[in-house]
Amino acid sequence: MRVSFTVNGRPQEADDVWEGESLLYVLRERLGLPGSKNACEQGECGSCTVRLDGVPVCSCLVAAGQVEGREVVTVEGLADYAKQRSCGDSCGTSLDEAKGWQAEGTDSQTGEGTELSPIQQAFIDAGAVQCGFCTPGLLVAADEMLERNPNPTDADIREALSGNLCRCTGYEKIMDAVRLAAARQGEAV
Amino acid sequence: MDFLRPASWEEALAAKAEHPTAVPIAGGTDVMVEINFDHRRPEYLMDLNRIGDLSEWEVGEDSVRLGASVPYSQIMESLRAELPGLALASHTVASPQIRNRGGVGGNLGTASPAGDAHPALLAAGAEVEAESVRGTRLIPIDEFYQGVKRNALAPDELIRAVHIKKADGPQQFSKVGTRNAMVIAVCAFGLALHPQTRTVRTGIGSAAPTPIRARAAEEFLNAALEEGGFWDNGKIITPSVARQFADLCSAACNPIDDVRGTASYRRHAVGVMARRTLTWTWESYRGTAARTEGVA
Repeated sequence: MRVSFTVNGRPQEADDVWEGESLLYVLRERLGLPGSKNACEQGECGSCTVRLDGVPVCSCLVAAGQVEGREVVTVEGLADYAKQRSCGDSCGTSLDEAKGWQAEGTDSQTGEGTELSPIQQAFIDAGAVQCGFCTPGLLVAADEMLERNPNPTDADIREALSGNLCRCTGYEKIMDAVRLAAARQGEAV
Repeated sequence: MDFLRPASWEEALAAKAEHPTAVPIAGGTDVMVEINFDHRRPEYLMDLNRIGDLSEWEVGEDSVRLGASVPYSQIMESLRAELPGLALASHTVASPQIRNRGGVGGNLGTASPAGDAHPALLAAGAEVEAESVRGTRLIPIDEFYQGVKRNALAPDELIRAVHIKKADGPQQFSKVGTRNAMVIAVCAFGLALHPQTRTVRTGIGSAAPTPIRARAAEEFLNAALEEGGFWDNGKIITPSVARQFADLCSAACNPIDDVRGTASYRRHAVGVMARRTLTWTWESYRGTAARTEGVA
């Protein structure tokens, strides 16, 4: 079957999608967006976390057909997404801006040449990335929490990230990174 | 496999009547795991996400009509006052990502003895609104669970909503697992005080082939509370009464040994949770305790 939906602000179509296929598979194998990681395939690890109509979900547990006509944001689109959000109404979505937005993100494979979102920069600055496999899911989850809750307590952060497993860092650097992003977000306002 | 995409509830019922083997998918947190792991290859997968009514709820005089697809995160956020036991149970479901997708309809459809919503539904009192092209019926929650992962639905029926009694007293939920998130219950316990009828109801999860109530324990406690005038005098429940209640809850279990825990551990833990949840709710009823949050 064919599935049409919006990914990171761009309309996308995937063809020959098997009816039992997950959104994660479509993103990685059909749309060339391998940022969302495939690990447990049962919603335990959070490494495939994306936003579906703004809501963080495990893309491995969303059937591809369920996203027809809906909006998905993956880690590849996080920088643009954060930028749009911080601009608020002042940016608007004029045609020129929309065109400019679409032209960005030149290389989804390596992410080179792409601007980073504040949460991505904070992960780098705090040393919260080791092997990096869990990082995309954590970034999407953490970014959504900071959007909802700009001044999170440590308990808030732990709860928001409780569905994302990391086997390298021991989570402390990740906590540091989210606190850092929250603090920077506070300064910017 | 065929992907059915009904745009309305009526269309969904018609599709289910035409294809009784169709597997409904809403949050997908159970169904997709089975498909991803090749444990299930349904002939038809029927997406219910397009049916907006399923994600809505209505607060009535005595009960809440909770749409089958209302996600757990919404229950936690919006129905804590009306359905405190279910809200606590919802908070222990997996992770934020899962709670954003999964709902009580799926828990009932899967009918796993480990489903987190079941003890809360049993304790509060609930009816499952099942519908087919033949009509609608309300299935009492006590009659809904029929066996391990088996429920009372007919092949052409879908779960439209759950009617859950609004709390008329304190409710608690407790769950045993290895951490606070991403845990399938080793066992779980729900308890609701119903001061209006002067009764106590219970729900036990993961300690029998189906979610169950500890009826003998309820009857014992109802009689003991009545006899001692506890509902009126608001005294602390006698330790021996609490112990006997806990023992009867343990005795109601019919657990198995599995990877998550042994049968004897489950029996023991259910007794501990029964005593604790009784103490917490009773303290709350007496109006003395500050404790409002359950322990997962």
